[in-house]
Amino acid sequence: MLAKLMSLFLLGLIRVLTGSQARWHGCPPKAEQRIYFANHQSHADLVMIWAALPQELRTVTRAIAARDYWTKTPFKQWLTTAVFNVIYVSRDRTADEDPLEPLLEALANGDSIILFPEGTRGHAEEPQPFKAGLYNLACKFPQAVLIPAWINNVQHVLPKGEVIPVPVLCSVTFGAPMQVQECEECKAFLTRARQAVIALRDV
Amino acid sequence: MYFYLKNLTPTQQVGALFVIVFGLLVLASATAFMLSIREYPDDAQGEQRRQNLKSISGVLRTSWLMVLVFWVGWITGDWVALTLFGLVSFFALREFLTLSPTRRGDHRSLVLAFFVVLPLQYWLVGSGHFDMFAVFIPVYVFLALPLVSALANDPLRFLERNAKLQWGIMVCIYGMSHVPALMMLDFPRYDKKNAFLMLFLVLVVQTCMVTQHLVTRRVHSPPSAPQISHSFNWRSWWLGMAAGSLLGALLAGITPFVPGQAFAMSFIACAAGSLGHLVMKALKRDRGIPIWRGEGKGVTGAGGMLDRIDSLCFAAPVFFHSVRWYFDL
Repeated sequence: MLAKLMSLFLLGLIRVLTGSQARWHGCPPKAEQRIYFANHQSHADLVMIWAALPQELRTVTRAIAARDYWTKTPFKQWLTTAVFNVIYVSRDRTADEDPLEPLLEALANGDSIILFPEGTRGHAEEPQPFKAGLYNLACKFPQAVLIPAWINNVQHVLPKGEVIPVPVLCSVTFGAPMQVQECEECKAFLTRARQAVIALRDV
Repeated sequence: MYFYLKNLTPTQQVGALFVIVFGLLVLASATAFMLSIREYPDDAQGEQRRQNLKSISGVLRTSWLMVLVFWVGWITGDWVALTLFGLVSFFALREFLTLSPTRRGDHRSLVLAFFVVLPLQYWLVGSGHFDMFAVFIPVYVFLALPLVSALANDPLRFLERNAKLQWGIMVCIYGMSHVPALMMLDFPRYDKKNAFLMLFLVLVVQTCMVTQHLVTRRVHSPPSAPQISHSFNWRSWWLGMAAGSLLGALLAGITPFVPGQAFAMSFIACAAGSLGHLVMKALKRDRGIPIWRGEGKGVTGAGGMLDRIDSLCFAAPVFFHSVRWYFDL
């Protein structure tokens, strides 16, 4: 109940602040298993892309969040589990387990996932090089459709280190599905995926 | 008919006015709908008509929204009206600043502009602090915001960034807040029919703009400032001004003015509104966009909010202060 109210509140807030425009350019919103991957510049990215999805897809689409940051306080933990239903991954490599394990589990359950392959929030105009996780997931789950997305302007809403968001019109552009090609190298694929995300900036 | 309306109480008069305006809107919308389901034998011509109709229904939608805002404001009292106009300011400023190149250092100033300056300005209007609300933004805010930006320690394009922010605040908050401020003016022997004055301003300015727009389509005078606007020329401007001012003189009955005064006041308002619109066009050219809307490419093809209200934002403060000065209120 509380989580439902919170999600309604967040949806309203993000709409007032950013207009939360979703632009489906290469594909329609569709209930199939998908891996959305997008550029990452602000914490608001997560809410933004979540709000841009239609209601029906939101419940089966789960974002990835860093365990160390998002479980720091009870409130953050509640927000990410009860409202967003995220998948936690640990960023520190000390753990013996495969960091992709929780993602594989979610994909095996049939959920769609939202991934920020840069791994951390960037400052620059262009996204940082993508990490290999995207490639590994795509290879293990070839049936999941890979959708690039460009989140525009959100860094102005809530820059790193600020608390109060500022209203700026933002949009999420979803591009055409892509796939790992026959015997494509990890590096080549990641560059291609990154280019696909950047290309959406100008459509 | 005229005397019948004249003898109604002020409340009844305002009510009757809304009935008329809503009736006209229903009529216009119904006509637009009828035209939209009509079939055309010639495809190309049909396409052309449909495009025209699309822009007309955009205008109709805005008109519905504006009239609804006025109506809700009227039945619920001043503070709701103020809140509604405050929201309009908020969304307009959001559009304006989306297209201005703000940097991280501006974040605090933006927070101040949206969440402190905007509510304070409308509160000053609502509580009738006329002397304060006229100077609050141009004096106090314009000194405070650059200070906040300077403290953010980022000199890159400092003047440009601040100029843009201050322009946004001036047009979207200061200008817009003068429309509901008309509600607060206390004219002798006018029975607080100030809603009429607000409507008067909107009607007169919109008439001027629409006439100018339509005349430009018919006569093909060379544009006066082709780099800024393909359509603006002095001939259609004068015709628009004449239409707006004459309508103002005709509507003198619903204002505290005699026809001559009404003519002069509408002339001033129309001049400020239509020329302000040109100024906003220049700003848009500077940003390289056709309309105010995120990204510069509206997905739906409809214009942004600021495109529709910018003339009002310029007309309202000039009109308000002229009236106040002339009547010594």
